[in-house]
Amino acid sequence: MTMQTNSVESQRQSLSGLFWATCRREYLLSFRRKSDLVNPLIFFLMVATLFPLGVSPEPGFLSQLAPGVVWVAALLATLLSMDALFRSDYEDGSLEQLLLSPQPLFVVVLAKVLAHWSVTGLALTLMAPLLGVMLFLPADGMPGLMLSLLLGTPTLSLVGAIGAALTVGLRKGGVLISLLVLPLYIPVLIFGSSAVQAAVTGLPLGGYLALLGALLALALGLAPLAISAALRISMSS
Amino acid sequence: MAEKKWMPRWFYQLASPRWCYQITGKLLPWFALVAGLSLIGGTLWALMFAPADYQQGNSFRIIYLHVPAAILAQSAYMLMAVAGAIALIWKMKVADMVLKSAAPIGASMAVLALATGAIWGKPTWGSWWVWDARLTSMLILFFLYLGVMALNSAIENESTAAQASAVLSLVGVVNIPIIKYSVEWWNTLHQPATFKLTEKPAMPAEMWVPLLVMVVGFYCLFAVSLMMRLRNEIVWRERRTGWVRELLSKQ
Amino acid sequence: MADQLLTVQNLFCERDDRILFSRLGFAIAPGEIVQIEGQNGSGKTTLLRILSGLSRNYEGDIFWRGEPVGEVREEFCRNLLYFGHQAGVKAVLSPQENLRWYAALSPAIDAEAIDHALEQVGLRGYEDVPCHSLSAGQNRRVSLARLYLSRAPLWILDEPFTAIDKKGVAAKENLLLKHAQQGGSVILTTHHELGIRGPVRKINLDQCAGTSV
Repeated sequence: MTMQTNSVESQRQSLSGLFWATCRREYLLSFRRKSDLVNPLIFFLMVATLFPLGVSPEPGFLSQLAPGVVWVAALLATLLSMDALFRSDYEDGSLEQLLLSPQPLFVVVLAKVLAHWSVTGLALTLMAPLLGVMLFLPADGMPGLMLSLLLGTPTLSLVGAIGAALTVGLRKGGVLISLLVLPLYIPVLIFGSSAVQAAVTGLPLGGYLALLGALLALALGLAPLAISAALRISMSS
Repeated sequence: MAEKKWMPRWFYQLASPRWCYQITGKLLPWFALVAGLSLIGGTLWALMFAPADYQQGNSFRIIYLHVPAAILAQSAYMLMAVAGAIALIWKMKVADMVLKSAAPIGASMAVLALATGAIWGKPTWGSWWVWDARLTSMLILFFLYLGVMALNSAIENESTAAQASAVLSLVGVVNIPIIKYSVEWWNTLHQPATFKLTEKPAMPAEMWVPLLVMVVGFYCLFAVSLMMRLRNEIVWRERRTGWVRELLSKQ
Repeated sequence: MADQLLTVQNLFCERDDRILFSRLGFAIAPGEIVQIEGQNGSGKTTLLRILSGLSRNYEGDIFWRGEPVGEVREEFCRNLLYFGHQAGVKAVLSPQENLRWYAALSPAIDAEAIDHALEQVGLRGYEDVPCHSLSAGQNRRVSLARLYLSRAPLWILDEPFTAIDKKGVAAKENLLLKHAQQGGSVILTTHHELGIRGPVRKINLDQCAGTSV
């Protein structure tokens, strides 16, 4: 009996060990290749700059547009960064080793997505007020903007990772990922930008955030399964 | 294999491409007959005998194309997801092929629903496109179809392509209710009290009976085109087996 | 069958309308070194990927210690060390960091022995150097260091000696022999003439190839 609990205990330890080892590795990788870290943020900034130039610099108009624009820009920036999630592992053979590990795949997958989100989605969330200022988003909307991005971007990362896993074996995955994933992003976009709009007009935010939270919970539960299955399928050819 | 005995026998027969080819060959003419009769009958009924709408006049008659196409577009996606699940769980080749064959048919149904929606929108709203909740959902459904088809054609290995599409269509089917709900909710937020296309208070029987006939006809048409594509796919995928060679040499 | 480590029955695989092998069957006993031979494109790598469980595009049966491999996947993975075409080495990480990740990934790998293993493959003094500043051969060695760490009985090695110098090859051959003498099994492909002083069984895929269609 004690032996059994011991082995269960040690298994749990090795799982959490694996989780943190994966996170550590991902952070090391992204901090040593700084361009991966900075590029989505620059993209985020540039997309937001295009709107005043392309539509109108008039503050009243921009402030109306701001919630949607910031959300669309965040969505595209996340999408842009997704392709790299498994690709380098695929190209150098680490992905094979990952799939042949006796450890459950979803632990590694979850750790990778979490690490990836914290250097993209979280960074975008922290940068969002800057874009809010550029687009004349009223100050009342800022907490709503950041909270909705904080709850929404992990869902974007999880869903995007499914697309990345499905296309990892293909030479040109980039455009295809957008095709697969963008329709699935629509609910997050709707609830996220509505949350910001509600915050701007002074309406209660709770409902929107709860919906975003529910989407995140669903994605956390199901996406790792889909990602693992997709990775196995992609590597099988 | 003992643990698999709980599924009925036909389920395993269905797994055999050869059996599937033969049975669809027998069913095909019947479905084609029913499809032809109900589509012709339904169209005549709808255009000539059903009464005109008191608000929209004759332009409402496009409903007899629009609604069946929309229903089929959704059903075809469900069918794809079910086939995908079967393909992944039981590793059934035929389910792969059903998934692959159903995607373009479903997508064309979605296009038909969008096009008829636009044509209907012109006299009703005065513009070809309105961001109506149903039309928007249909557009997104069309995008989901395009994703599955793009993924399927991008992966060269047939069985890998089929499995990847199966995963994607399952992810899509989980998302469809969420998308539908969010779009409807977004729509009420932005355009309160728009005139809904299909949500009419109690349609009289002279109107909905032909509609029902058309829906049945569309289902049969879908079944016919699905079986034809499926048979094609079976022959192609099994081209190296003895029975397909025999079949081809006979022709 | 249960005393065989790995049993393959009636294996069939085709790729791009070409049958790579059909009715391929063999068994691998503990202590055996098996070399898969064949021309380029004869399906050596494909076979190794199928045996390791990466590729599932095949028909036929594979048994691990008498059990269908699909049912004992986790145990099989615990007992397997796979060395693929790509070394699986991250260029921006140091050899030590790379191996630590493998140690976390597979409980069969001994985390404490990393430095010792790097010394064995001749990378002493390079432990903390990022792998992109190492040569191609050195990168392969980083990955080969896993052989010194592993306690898995079944090794599947795809071209393990590519870009390795003569002395290194001899050392690895000795390692394989030692592994076999301790009851482990090795399945490998290589273009080198093997100089292992021990029995090496050869399986030639050219003989199992079907006609192209």
